[in-house]
Amino acid sequence: MQFSDRRAHTLRGSKLKLVSMAAVVGAALLVVGAASAGYQPGAALGKRANDTLIYAGASDPTYLDPALVSDGESFRITKQIFEGLVDFRPGTTKVVPKLAKSWTVAKDGRTWTFSLRGGVFFSDGTAFNARAVCANFNRWYNFKGPFQDASATYYYQTVFSGFKHNENSTLGKPLYSSCRAAGPLKAVVKLARRNGPFLSSLVLSAFSMQSPTAMRKWGADQGTIRNGTFYPTGQYPFRHPTGTGPFLLEKWTVGESVVLKRNPRYWGRKARLARIIVRPISDNTARVQALQTGEVFGMDLLAPTLVSTVKRNSKLKVLNRPSFNVAYVGINSAKAPMTDVNVRRAVAYGLNRQLVVNSFYAGRAQVAHEFMPPSLPGYEPKVTKYAFNPTKAKQLLNQSSCHVPCRISFWYPTGVSRPYMPDPKANYEAFKASLEQSGFQVETTSQPWRPDYVKNVNQGTAGHLFLIGWTGDYADADNFLGVFFQGFNPQFGERNAALDRLLDRAEQETRTARRIALYKQANRLISQFVPGVPYAHSVPALGFQKRVRNYFTSPIGTDEFDTVSLGGQ
Amino acid sequence: MLRYVVRRLLLLVPILLGLSVLLFFWVRALPGSPAESLLGERATPELVAAYKERYGLDEPLYKQYGTYIKTTFVDHDLGVSVATHRRVTEEIRQRFPATVELALAAMFFAVGVGVPLGFLAAKRYGGVFDQSSLIVSLLGISVPIFVLAILLKYIFAVRLAWLPSVGRINLLNYDAKHPTGFYVLDAIIERDPETLRDVLKHLILPAIALGSIPLAIISRITRASVLDVQSEDYVRTARAKGVAPATVDRRHVLRNALLPVTTVIGLQTGLLLSGAILTETVFAYPGMGSWLRDAIFNRDYPVLQGGILFLAMVFVLVNLVVDVLYAVINPRIRYT
Repeated sequence: MQFSDRRAHTLRGSKLKLVSMAAVVGAALLVVGAASAGYQPGAALGKRANDTLIYAGASDPTYLDPALVSDGESFRITKQIFEGLVDFRPGTTKVVPKLAKSWTVAKDGRTWTFSLRGGVFFSDGTAFNARAVCANFNRWYNFKGPFQDASATYYYQTVFSGFKHNENSTLGKPLYSSCRAAGPLKAVVKLARRNGPFLSSLVLSAFSMQSPTAMRKWGADQGTIRNGTFYPTGQYPFRHPTGTGPFLLEKWTVGESVVLKRNPRYWGRKARLARIIVRPISDNTARVQALQTGEVFGMDLLAPTLVSTVKRNSKLKVLNRPSFNVAYVGINSAKAPMTDVNVRRAVAYGLNRQLVVNSFYAGRAQVAHEFMPPSLPGYEPKVTKYAFNPTKAKQLLNQSSCHVPCRISFWYPTGVSRPYMPDPKANYEAFKASLEQSGFQVETTSQPWRPDYVKNVNQGTAGHLFLIGWTGDYADADNFLGVFFQGFNPQFGERNAALDRLLDRAEQETRTARRIALYKQANRLISQFVPGVPYAHSVPALGFQKRVRNYFTSPIGTDEFDTVSLGGQ
Repeated sequence: MLRYVVRRLLLLVPILLGLSVLLFFWVRALPGSPAESLLGERATPELVAAYKERYGLDEPLYKQYGTYIKTTFVDHDLGVSVATHRRVTEEIRQRFPATVELALAAMFFAVGVGVPLGFLAAKRYGGVFDQSSLIVSLLGISVPIFVLAILLKYIFAVRLAWLPSVGRINLLNYDAKHPTGFYVLDAIIERDPETLRDVLKHLILPAIALGSIPLAIISRITRASVLDVQSEDYVRTARAKGVAPATVDRRHVLRNALLPVTTVIGLQTGLLLSGAILTETVFAYPGMGSWLRDAIFNRDYPVLQGGILFLAMVFVLVNLVVDVLYAVINPRIRYT
């Protein structure tokens, strides 16, 4: 190679190197430049950051016809768009008027007369009146075909049992009989039988009032079953949910966000914020990190282990949701030696519940003494309480058919964390140790939550003892005690006839004070009979930026956003 | 070439049928059913039996398979999600663009950094740069994606607040228009530079996390391929003829070295399009990956069957495109 060629070669080689380096440096600068501008979600969109709440839930809603959904994320949205005849006072379980100003129940206990609020309109302009109320009740009662599937109308079937023409044998006799408009603002609902939980069950978002006009126009009653799953085929539940509530659906992008905007024609006090945006973030840690970065301003389902992370952040705060669940050690009274009440009472004395609650709930639970949370009417403070007492447990065993050491089997689930039981294995190990201290010899069985454990528990084929729990669907003692003990429940093995009769009476009693007294009596009886040992009511947590104000948490998880404001408003 | 493409497309049919058999029996081999998963504590024996009857789970397997084949391939109906009650095809339509965008961003990062890295490592064979690139590659392959994703997110989003931590877009920008579902393209179509900047920012961290393994593989393959080609006779001949080194590198070395790299790029792109489950979960990115993850936990048979079948089809088509591109890059290759 000649000198000039060599020099040209060297120059070209250097040029290539320079170009490569420049490209690498340029790309790096681009990334760093884009990044180092920092990320302040609200900065570029100024005013919106102060009149819009971005809230993180765990998943998308399914759809937005409240009569056809049963999951919390759907109700989170429908609660803002729709209202029912009654509601809870914010943050409590006290039933208060909403679209109905007042109500009476006739002496027969079956005829409910609702006096409705005047001057209320659905967001499509349709008047809310007695005819609209009856249209909604009759719609549910007349559901046919795929709408009678439990995946479509779970809550209607839970509360009202059956339809006008039941199309399968698992449905019961319908509770609803008829509805009549006795005046423009007077709706008379007649039930087939007396039912105490009826009024509190109307708080459920599933029984919200929807615009009959919009439902007809947008095909709310179009649906089908595909691969065994109900699927609405009209546009109503996806694009045109129409209620009387403080918010309207503006936009729903699946997997990304539901955008609600303030209803300018709302009959009551207008929502403080112009918009609410709910974004689904399924991972617990990702939800908290989005809160830390300011990409969301509030979040639900804050895991107990992450509560301290939020508390340590000076810009964030934790709110508590009133406890509405119960964790319990179930006892199968059909399996000896659990047929003997002294053995069951020995179990109760032998479980160190305080230790479990103190150790494995991150300070977010209280010891449970009953199968329903303290916030519910019917809770009885004077039940027999079984404080941990190994000596007493052994005495009872020696008086029973199963002397010390009494051999029993105890089951717990794996592969699961529940709000009432974040760490089942930890709970189990602590309980096993305390039972063995109390004269029992414990044989362990663990199974995966899905599919085996729940199936065996519900079939009554699990061990003598098993860990499980329940979170309430609606705020009535019937949704706890009735679910567990009314009728035969294989979980508990034996049926207590006296308890059965008491709960039947309570269900049919419509006078509030009398119902409360009956449920208190039931709780006293349960604490004597010991079909199981409740041990914890956990307190779910939510996380917020400190500037989020006036957020009231509902025990049943359907918080209302119309009172919420953002710092300085 | 046309015959080759048609033949490859026809091969899709037995591939998808075979896959449908595997998928059908695999999801049913998973313990549990949608009933127990969805009902939880409410899974009383009566409700579970009712669910199984409605879902057809109590029918013989061959009947269930027949129903599945008919609805999927004859009725073109992938069913309805047991968990969300939405049509599977509708969910795919909404989620697939997000996954495509993320996969393309990850490959852009992997190729844009991996090829120059591999090339320069080969040119500086045995030197410090070469050894350093080896370390980078090993780290890229050995660090689990979700660990890298969590680290990147924690450092750059949570601690430094340089970049966003979740999603595809700032939700306060709720009136941005998305006609195609590809947010980068939509921002360009709508001439919305603010939204474009925002969407790109949301892509940076997940793309780096997702592209780390392809980057490592591509850089190593490029390095090996360049080393191999550099010692070929025709390269030595070109140098001996006095062709400028840059021209030799560009026209002879890179062009031939990129052939195997193209295959790897195609395979990796197909894999990324198959759903970056872990990355999408960490970044709450609303694509196919996070959707399939939820479906596994819910035993959501229609989503698992339909979603995976769709992604398999995409994978086969992507590889077909790669093979065609191969022939374009290397004119010596002729398909019959």
